[in-house]
Amino acid sequence: MAVSAHEAVSPGPVRDHTPPARRSGGRGRSVLEVALLTVLAVVMLFPVLWMIETSIKENRDVYAIPAKFFDFKVTLDHFRDVFVASGGGPSTLSVSFLNSVVVAGVSTVLATVLGVPAAWAYSRFGVKAKKDQLFFILSTRFMPPVVVVIPIFLMYRQAGLINTQLGLILIYAAFNVPFTIWMMKGFVDEVPPEYEDAAMLDGYTRLQAFRRYTLPLLLPGIAATAVFALIFSWNEFVFAIFLTSSDNVRTAPPAIAGLIGGTTVDWGLVAAASVVFALPVLVFAYLVRKHLVAGVTLGAVRR
Amino acid sequence: MGTVAVYGLCKSFGKVQAMDGVTLDVPDGSFFVVLGPSGAGKTTTLRAIAGLEKLDAGSVRLDGTDATGDTPAARDLAMVFQNYALYPRHTVYENIASPLRARRRSSSEIAAAVERMSTLLHIEPLLRRRPAQLSGGEMQRVALARALVRRPRAFLMDEPLTNLDLKLRVEMRTELTRIHRSLGATFVYVTNDQVEALSMADQVAVLKEGKVQQVGTPAEVYERPANQWVAGFVGSPQISLLACHAEGDRLVGADGWTLPRPRWTTAEDGRPLLLGLRAEDLSVERRGNASLPGELYGLEPLGDRTVVDVRVGTEILKVKARPTVTGTPGERLLVTVDLDRAHLFDAGTGLALSEAGR
Ligand SMILES: Nc1ncnc2c1ncn2[C@@H]1O[C@H](COP(=O)(O)OP(=O)(O)OP(=O)(O)O)[C@@H](O)[C@H]1O
Ligand SMILES: [Mg+2]
Repeated sequence: MAVSAHEAVSPGPVRDHTPPARRSGGRGRSVLEVALLTVLAVVMLFPVLWMIETSIKENRDVYAIPAKFFDFKVTLDHFRDVFVASGGGPSTLSVSFLNSVVVAGVSTVLATVLGVPAAWAYSRFGVKAKKDQLFFILSTRFMPPVVVVIPIFLMYRQAGLINTQLGLILIYAAFNVPFTIWMMKGFVDEVPPEYEDAAMLDGYTRLQAFRRYTLPLLLPGIAATAVFALIFSWNEFVFAIFLTSSDNVRTAPPAIAGLIGGTTVDWGLVAAASVVFALPVLVFAYLVRKHLVAGVTLGAVRR
Repeated sequence: MGTVAVYGLCKSFGKVQAMDGVTLDVPDGSFFVVLGPSGAGKTTTLRAIAGLEKLDAGSVRLDGTDATGDTPAARDLAMVFQNYALYPRHTVYENIASPLRARRRSSSEIAAAVERMSTLLHIEPLLRRRPAQLSGGEMQRVALARALVRRPRAFLMDEPLTNLDLKLRVEMRTELTRIHRSLGATFVYVTNDQVEALSMADQVAVLKEGKVQQVGTPAEVYERPANQWVAGFVGSPQISLLACHAEGDRLVGADGWTLPRPRWTTAEDGRPLLLGLRAEDLSVERRGNASLPGELYGLEPLGDRTVVDVRVGTEILKVKARPTVTGTPGERLLVTVDLDRAHLFDAGTGLALSEAGR
């Protein structure tokens, strides 16, 4: 309740533009920093670079020993193969990408639509045993999917949800709702409840007050949370491989994994599919880079 | 019509009892001030009237009908929040228009009303700005405008002037009293500033730790404080309290002084009492028959007057004197007491002794 007038309005941009004072010997330190960061970046990024290189190499260059780093012929054939089947028409991989888009998209929308109002309620109302409920909700995320995949497989078989997009959408939404509630509760807590109080005295109902005055302030938080949910659903592998079997339902992660195996592996195709698969995640991660660190400490998000 | 009445309001937040049986009766058209220190439960009381707080017990009646279960919108009240709660994404114009929009008034009517308010509160140049671009005083006036734009049953105001500088605060005090008089509407006004309460109110309710200590006109609360705590909270400089007891026709202080016993005191001999003396009822300049011997402890010049601290035994008396008064600490002097204006409290309960004989 103790919200000062200063907190009640978003503070303007900080006007103090004086550059931070350089520490003594800053130069030597920054050289060391750059060196260490370079080493780290090379180690971390090499697999990614190698994947990208492989995706644009011809197959004989892929297997060349010693490995060719720079002097190879660039080809986009693999990318064509990702989307187009050898006999023409859409490839199985492109179908799986489409499935991923549908499953990740719908499950994210579902988790957001359910999670945001729940977070609002947990933030605003005196729910009984609130802390215990919130802990229980969070605890559903402690379990790795692989632990519950067998019981869920059995349940899904009874319910006829095996090998359906709906099945994946439901399980992803179920996994993302707790996360959405926790992250969004942090954002809702940041919005003073007095806006809604004032709106109710103006003559709006509680829900109208939420929609008119709180929801617009939550939009950046909702976007960030949804992107996290989207990335989870997009990347998810365990449920996808256990709960789907046919090519027309399967999402991209198991589909790409399926390319590896058999006697010959078309590494160029695997790499190209992986690049296509990684791109949306990179784009989204870039969009929410500010929240990535904060998101690790769920609920403790400050804007 | 615009009467507000609350009966036995109780509300606790965990272990904190924010309201403990608050009962208030606000007459139609009055400027009713709820006065109390920080944490007394003033905001909680106002929010309970507005329907923003779920009550543990008690009821709220508006215009004589029970409104305890009504939604805030249905209660037809307007409120100025302690932190203003201006909608940050909306312009000043939209903020002021919000109560009318919510009630689906026509846009021409809204435009006229917002213009009237912005003229009244001198905020015409601000209408296109957002709250973040306003100063504290401007925000406060916008919050007032948003409340005053409609004619609700009653206006609830939560320390609306607290964040202003002294000059603006004094100006706005006069302005608000003027607005109240011209509207003839019911104001429930919360403050922790006793000067504000005494200068603006028709009626004051003094609140402490969720309990109403006294309700009355400013004069009543000042002249006849119901208990020792109210006497100490209302009035500046603070009232001086001396431990004593009655003995025949005399009051005998714990520090050995004696004074004639006021005629109206009913206390039996020997009962521990507190003698309350306000600074303006004491003098170091006049000669009189009732006086206390003490020594000068300190001088506090305040421009228009000087407060003289006089040590009597172990206690300090605050005495109001002319600004020209001088003296050196340690100097012995006599404090003249206007016993007809003195207050006596039971030292055990803190309650004022019956003053029926006055
Ligand atoms: N939402 C809340 N949760 C927990 N405690 C609360 C809440 N609201 C108020 N309190 C407590 O209830 C008591 C009364 O609070 P209230 O805000 O009514 O005081 P106040 O008289 O308005 O004080 P101030 O002059 O500082 O605004 C305080 O002790 C406060 O800490
Ligand atoms: Mg308050």
